[in-house]
Amino acid sequence: MSQTITQKILAKHAGLKKVGPGQLISCKVDLVLGNDITSPPAIKQFAKIGVRKVFDKNKIYLVPDHFTPAKDIKSAQQVKMMREFAKKYGIVNFFEIGCMGIEHALLPEMGAIKAGDLVIGADSHTCTYGALGAFSTGVGSTDMAAAMATGEVWIKVPEQLKFVFKGNLAKWVEAKDLILYTIGQIGVDGARYMSMEFTGPVIRKLSVEGRLTIANMAIEAGGKNGIFEADEKTQAYLKKTKAGQGIVYKSDPGANYKMVYDWDVSKIEPQVAFPHLPSNTNPVSKCKNIKINQSVIGSCTNGRIEDMRVAAKILKNKKIHRDLRCIILPGTQEISMQMIREGITETLIKAGCVVSTPTCGPCLGGHMGILAEGERSIATTNRNFVGRMGHPKSEVYLSNVAVAAASAIAGHIVSPEAL
Amino acid sequence: MQGKVWKFGDNIDTDLIIPARYLNTSDPSELAEHCMEDADPNWVSKKEKGDFIVAGENFGCGSSREHAPIALKAAGVSAIIAKSFARIFYRNAINIGLPIMESEEAANEIKEGDKIEVDLAKGEIKNVSSKMIYYAQPFPPFMQKLIKAGGLINYIKKSKRR
Ligand code: SF4
Repeated sequence: MSQTITQKILAKHAGLKKVGPGQLISCKVDLVLGNDITSPPAIKQFAKIGVRKVFDKNKIYLVPDHFTPAKDIKSAQQVKMMREFAKKYGIVNFFEIGCMGIEHALLPEMGAIKAGDLVIGADSHTCTYGALGAFSTGVGSTDMAAAMATGEVWIKVPEQLKFVFKGNLAKWVEAKDLILYTIGQIGVDGARYMSMEFTGPVIRKLSVEGRLTIANMAIEAGGKNGIFEADEKTQAYLKKTKAGQGIVYKSDPGANYKMVYDWDVSKIEPQVAFPHLPSNTNPVSKCKNIKINQSVIGSCTNGRIEDMRVAAKILKNKKIHRDLRCIILPGTQEISMQMIREGITETLIKAGCVVSTPTCGPCLGGHMGILAEGERSIATTNRNFVGRMGHPKSEVYLSNVAVAAASAIAGHIVSPEAL
Repeated sequence: MQGKVWKFGDNIDTDLIIPARYLNTSDPSELAEHCMEDADPNWVSKKEKGDFIVAGENFGCGSSREHAPIALKAAGVSAIIAKSFARIFYRNAINIGLPIMESEEAANEIKEGDKIEVDLAKGEIKNVSSKMIYYAQPFPPFMQKLIKAGGLINYIKKSKRR
């Protein structure tokens, strides 16, 4: 039977020749991830299982990133609990302030993941690593606890959707726009329980960073995972990391898809998702007089060095609008350093932005840029739910980096074209 | 189980169920105090122990925070009945033992304030107010085992002993 990449990875980790949609299987995991919100409940559940060791000290990654550097006493307690757990069980990969980053920016960069891996993380955006040709999905804290104890996870084999992108991207259209467009087309539950495979000439031309942005938001369409074939670009990217290339799987020509979306994306504009759903997308030219109080550039979706370069290109020798704050959130320490080397940090600070240490911060309404009642932010993050960035009566508009940077200058939502 | 129904719409996301500003703790009773706050700020004071939530499509979409089902369970919600559930919420609810039931008909026809009676083993939802009976989608055998064991942790403990 013809299989897709996702099915092949799942079958391999379940010790089976093949798997089919709907099948419930138990899989061995290559990596288990948790953050400062989801690890504490997982640690409590782990204690209840009553095992003396974790399944593998090298395969558990604990990354405090959401409220770090600790924003208050309670969040400090949470990280303390992780730190003590890591010490007690000899967990090698615990990343404290100083070497941390936003988990989904950090792990690919440090070479924690290779093609063909099976990764679970107690964070919904764990789907990011599908960009590297791995099966990667978000689970809850109890699943994380169980996997830390047993090295296994139960998985329902998802049905498959395929997205083929053709054509040539217009100026200022980024990977982010492809995924926003996709979610706009199929809705926030358009891929519920399903696997989203991204392919086509446009994808092949995209950088690995761009693919990470797309896979990151598979969950915003309800997807179980996003997946890309690890082509030459990915292989080259992986070979430079500690992880190495891994096993490259390809979908068989006759593989079965529940639906194939075949889109020519030459005509799409930068997309803006209006409150309060990521599927509420409009082309940027439809944004008329949407005044904003804040622009947030960064997060696990768009906080990589490529993104910072786009921001700097637009903000160079410009000033952000005086009625607004512009907050820059680099994904990792390495990215922060690279920004300094390239003069990006200086460009951005001169323009009037604040450049933060890596943290999730305002992306989930944690700290570092919370919105007041009635305020509005444009953000390169991935969710614009009610109250996501602060007050329940505040609003978040999602966009790519170029639009967020241009809007910071204009004071309202615009395309860089309109500057 | 018998209780009153609170109705919510489609795509009730985890930020509505428990806003991230309260996630600096994982204490169930603290979380319960803010449950559904951004969907209905007064819900916590209105609801009674044993009440039900009936909602539309894609309940629990968004983040993987297990704090969402934990908050609902600690708030005393007997079960959630929805047209459909988001994937991670579905796993989490089963893993921690918060009863969930999928029934489009029940979600369409049951109204806010109705009294309902639920038999989880049979998957039966009886509307005491309107006398209608609905049946939820049955769980696959593996999940029935998980539910019977009282969640994933107990299930693993049991299978370890064997
Ligand atoms: S940056 Fe935002 S979406 Fe990404 S892990 Fe942090 S809170 Fe989640």
